[in-house]
Amino acid sequence: MTDNPNDLKPGFADPIAGSQDAFRGLLAAMSYPGSIHRVHLPEGHPAPLSAATAAVLLTLTDGETPLWLDEQADQGAVRAYVAFHSGAPVVDDLATARFAAIAAPRTMPALDRFAPGDPAYPDRSATLILQIEDLEGGETVTLTGPGIETTRTVAPKGLPADFWAQWDRNRMLFPCGVDVILTTGDSLMALPRTVHAEQEG
Amino acid sequence: MNAETQNSARDHTNNPAPDHTNDPAHDPGYNFAYLDEQTKRMIRRGLLKALAIPGYQVPFGSREMPLPYGWGTGGIQVTASVIGADDTLKVIDQGADDTTNAVSIRKFFRRVTGVKTTEKTAEATVIQTRHRIPEAPLREGQILVYQVPIPEPLRWLERRESESRKMHAYAEYGAMHVQLYESIARFGRITTTYDYPVKVADRYLMSPSPTPKFDNPKMHMNPAIQLFGAGREKRLYAVPPYTRVESLAFEDHPFEVQEWDDACALCGDDKSFLDEVVVDDAGTRMFMCSDSDHCRDRRAAGHRGGAEGAAAEALAAMTGGTDDGSNKDRAEDWAKDREAAQ
Ligand SMILES: [Zn+2]
Repeated sequence: MTDNPNDLKPGFADPIAGSQDAFRGLLAAMSYPGSIHRVHLPEGHPAPLSAATAAVLLTLTDGETPLWLDEQADQGAVRAYVAFHSGAPVVDDLATARFAAIAAPRTMPALDRFAPGDPAYPDRSATLILQIEDLEGGETVTLTGPGIETTRTVAPKGLPADFWAQWDRNRMLFPCGVDVILTTGDSLMALPRTVHAEQEG
Repeated sequence: MNAETQNSARDHTNNPAPDHTNDPAHDPGYNFAYLDEQTKRMIRRGLLKALAIPGYQVPFGSREMPLPYGWGTGGIQVTASVIGADDTLKVIDQGADDTTNAVSIRKFFRRVTGVKTTEKTAEATVIQTRHRIPEAPLREGQILVYQVPIPEPLRWLERRESESRKMHAYAEYGAMHVQLYESIARFGRITTTYDYPVKVADRYLMSPSPTPKFDNPKMHMNPAIQLFGAGREKRLYAVPPYTRVESLAFEDHPFEVQEWDDACALCGDDKSFLDEVVVDDAGTRMFMCSDSDHCRDRRAAGHRGGAEGAAAEALAAMTGGTDDGSNKDRAEDWAKDREAAQ
């Protein structure tokens, strides 16, 4: 934890309008899986978080949502930012986290180590924020499922090597399973647990 | 790839973030959209999970609202959690924008958000509704918020929430099919005309409560985002865009929607959902579109129905377009008819 208050980055310039706007981006992202949405967080955010990752944390987390940070995200400035703006308790046990901010997804723990919810309460599952290299330019994957009229092609870059195989297993847990938000810079896309992904080739 | 989807999905966040603080129309005595930020955050988290688990009822900590239960407090909380200063809000009740309930909710949101309101389906970005899905097709990005009194489709079979939750957990919906089939055995048809249960994304049984089954097919593969809020029962649920929504049916008794032998007396539409209304002191009854915006649109495009003279004027007055609540009586008649039909 940092002791220097000068390290504390501001949140939304207007917390009410800022989180409403970011939420609408998230709502559209979760409704139309694989579509890309921008968030507005011009006031700065603590390294190594991207603007979009910081905006999601400010918008969705609070004292009721245990948060897990991967090693790269677990910096003093990030903890200070979360403590001041969100109040989410940072937890060591990833199975108890409702949200996870992951700055180095290539080396992240397997998806099945996070809470998938239970069949009676599948909403009690983790939402994972994966900060990746780029939302475009990676290996092409074709998505189908609720929110997608026919198919949608995405190419996120910087996911774990076996991510889509893990994703397949996650989807088999339905109605349980984790939901994923991919972020780069000020942009994000969502993969709700219902999404079926087909790798090319 | 669906280029259109991609583009429209990107559009809304390309504008700068709205600034609510300088919004002169928003009553500064209230937090924007009335709810406190922690409550909005809880509802927002719930809505994202609801979209990720289509048709599943997410429990939430419903708040007291300045309107009594029965006035759509669940829908109001959902709308309050999604709405922003740039939105254009439409509120409908029994298909009309000028019933007492719709007028009150619209006034409430104008006061606590300052947003623009409209009666035109095409202009609205957020539509809160109690009984109908608009006749005009919805588009991507539009949000339809349903006010739900009774979210649990298994309620009539199983009163214990712990039991119905188990039935949902393991998709044990046989009893529901049996109940519907008993209706066929007794009456030769399924008598449920409102709140007719649907299966969402081939998994969860969901209540479209309290819309007429006429509207069920509109939920299927709809491009818009459909969100449901039940205030008293403290549940949120959702149908994402482009999601399969099937009304329960049987091979020998397929799902059928209501049909009318008449057409709308004002615009001549024989495909829309019709209300039977009394147009004069002599008790003359006529049919007209339940969706008043749809009916006005058709008349503006030159369509005409069978009503003439005073009857046509009386009917047209009922489709109003004002905030004076003149449609209240008609709405109450409609509600009584609806209860009698159930
Ligand atoms: Zn009409």
